[in-house]
Amino acid sequence: MRHIGKALFIATVGALALSGPVMAEEASSAVLANTCFSCHGPDGKSAGAMPWIAGKSTDYITTVMIDFKTGAIDSTVMQRIAKGFSDDEIKALAQYFSTK
Amino acid sequence: MTRITRRSFSKMAGALGATAAMSLAGYPRMAAAASPRVVVVGGGFGGATLARYLHGFDSNIKMTLIEQSKSFVTCPFSNTVIAGMNKIDRVTHGYDGLRGLGIDVVHDTATGIDPAKKTVSLKGGGTLGYDRLVLSPGIAFKWDAIEGYDEKASGSLPHAWKAGPQTLLLRKQLEAMPDGGVFIISPPVNPFRCPPGPAERVSLVASYFKTHKPRSKILVLDPKEKFSKQGLFTEGWKQLYPGMIDYMNLSNDGRVLRVDAKGMTLHTDFAEHKGDVINFIPPQKAGAIAETAGLTNDSGWCPVDQRTFESTVHKGIHVIGDTSIASPMPKSGFAANTQAKVCAAALAAMLKGEDPGTPKFVNTCYSLVAPDYGISVAMVYGFDKGKIVKIKGSGGLSPSGAPAAVRKREADYARGWYDSITREMFA
Repeated sequence: MRHIGKALFIATVGALALSGPVMAEEASSAVLANTCFSCHGPDGKSAGAMPWIAGKSTDYITTVMIDFKTGAIDSTVMQRIAKGFSDDEIKALAQYFSTK
Repeated sequence: MTRITRRSFSKMAGALGATAAMSLAGYPRMAAAASPRVVVVGGGFGGATLARYLHGFDSNIKMTLIEQSKSFVTCPFSNTVIAGMNKIDRVTHGYDGLRGLGIDVVHDTATGIDPAKKTVSLKGGGTLGYDRLVLSPGIAFKWDAIEGYDEKASGSLPHAWKAGPQTLLLRKQLEAMPDGGVFIISPPVNPFRCPPGPAERVSLVASYFKTHKPRSKILVLDPKEKFSKQGLFTEGWKQLYPGMIDYMNLSNDGRVLRVDAKGMTLHTDFAEHKGDVINFIPPQKAGAIAETAGLTNDSGWCPVDQRTFESTVHKGIHVIGDTSIASPMPKSGFAANTQAKVCAAALAAMLKGEDPGTPKFVNTCYSLVAPDYGISVAMVYGFDKGKIVKIKGSGGLSPSGAPAAVRKREADYARGWYDSITREMFA
């Protein structure tokens, strides 16, 4: 948590590199990733029963999130959450957590 | 990269010598102070999260957190204390973690704000200057709203809707109640803190009664027609606590008009209900400091720019959590936490004279119907045309009729959520 500033800086720079067409309502990957921390812990390092997502590969996170969205894999709440993120947002999140 | 992002364009515009007072999105560009001062009032889900994240975004900011209590007792999971599943220590958190980051935590009460001079006055004396102020004071009660229920009455008929001594008082009363007694709970009108909270309390008290006082009854007197996660709660109550819970809504004479604290009786239009233990949750409004500072509107809550949570009444003051109008988001600890992160990102950018960025929010409210029976409602929020919006197709409730194993997993995740979010804020 002490290194959150650095982490978020890197994430923000990463978001710039990833950015596609100009979209007025697109959150940065730092802001996107922050929404995950409330359950999965700071930087995806869970404190308890929630799955640990820090350091999982980009491919793994992207695949799982898209499978949640389509319902291809079973979940309790994640199918409801994943549907709130575009495929581009999922890619940005996957990249973020893969570096933690 | 041939395409230009909004952010990089904003920077280019600055580099091109644009001295315009407004950035692209219409936010004033401020001169970047060497060490900007940010004062945060309230050290709960909103304030503690904000302080930590803003420090994370820019450790150069000189930050002071004003919180009246030495420790914070969370409303989430306080129902487990009321039901005897946990001791209050399990839901009590200190501020050493925030202090360790270099955040100045001051245990005092903010009594007034001068938006022109940019100062906050403290009960303990003295004033604090700020460049930006963030208020996250939670809720206050409308003590005058229901005849007979004032602050004094809460000493015998606890609301237990701010966790701490009230939580312990209700626990003590339920422990002392004889088997076969009647527990009455009366939730408030909308909007109020934690919409599924009253039904979770009913559930966990029922779970306690089932084991320890099985002849007891629970009566819910609700001034509304319906409540959050009603279908799921009702399904659980039928399955786990048959015959124990009586729920009366507005159409069924559920609205309490008068409280007789001495006689332990609640009066509705057509009846009077005597309880052995009464949990009366009064109607709510913005935290006191927000009202004192004139930041509320006719609704009793604080209107804000939903991108930055800056007050639309006074510039330079941001309002997050229960006390702000962040609809369509509910008033919940989770919502305050996710709003704090968005506000911190916006503030960090604004203090540098940059565009505040675009918000994204998640809210998941877990409720326990029994210790190993969890349900949830979730929603993902984005930002469109100046307002927080629900992302279409996302969110919703746990399925009805789910097998016990699914309910167990959600109960485990409820505890996992609590562990993660409290570590995030206070570790």
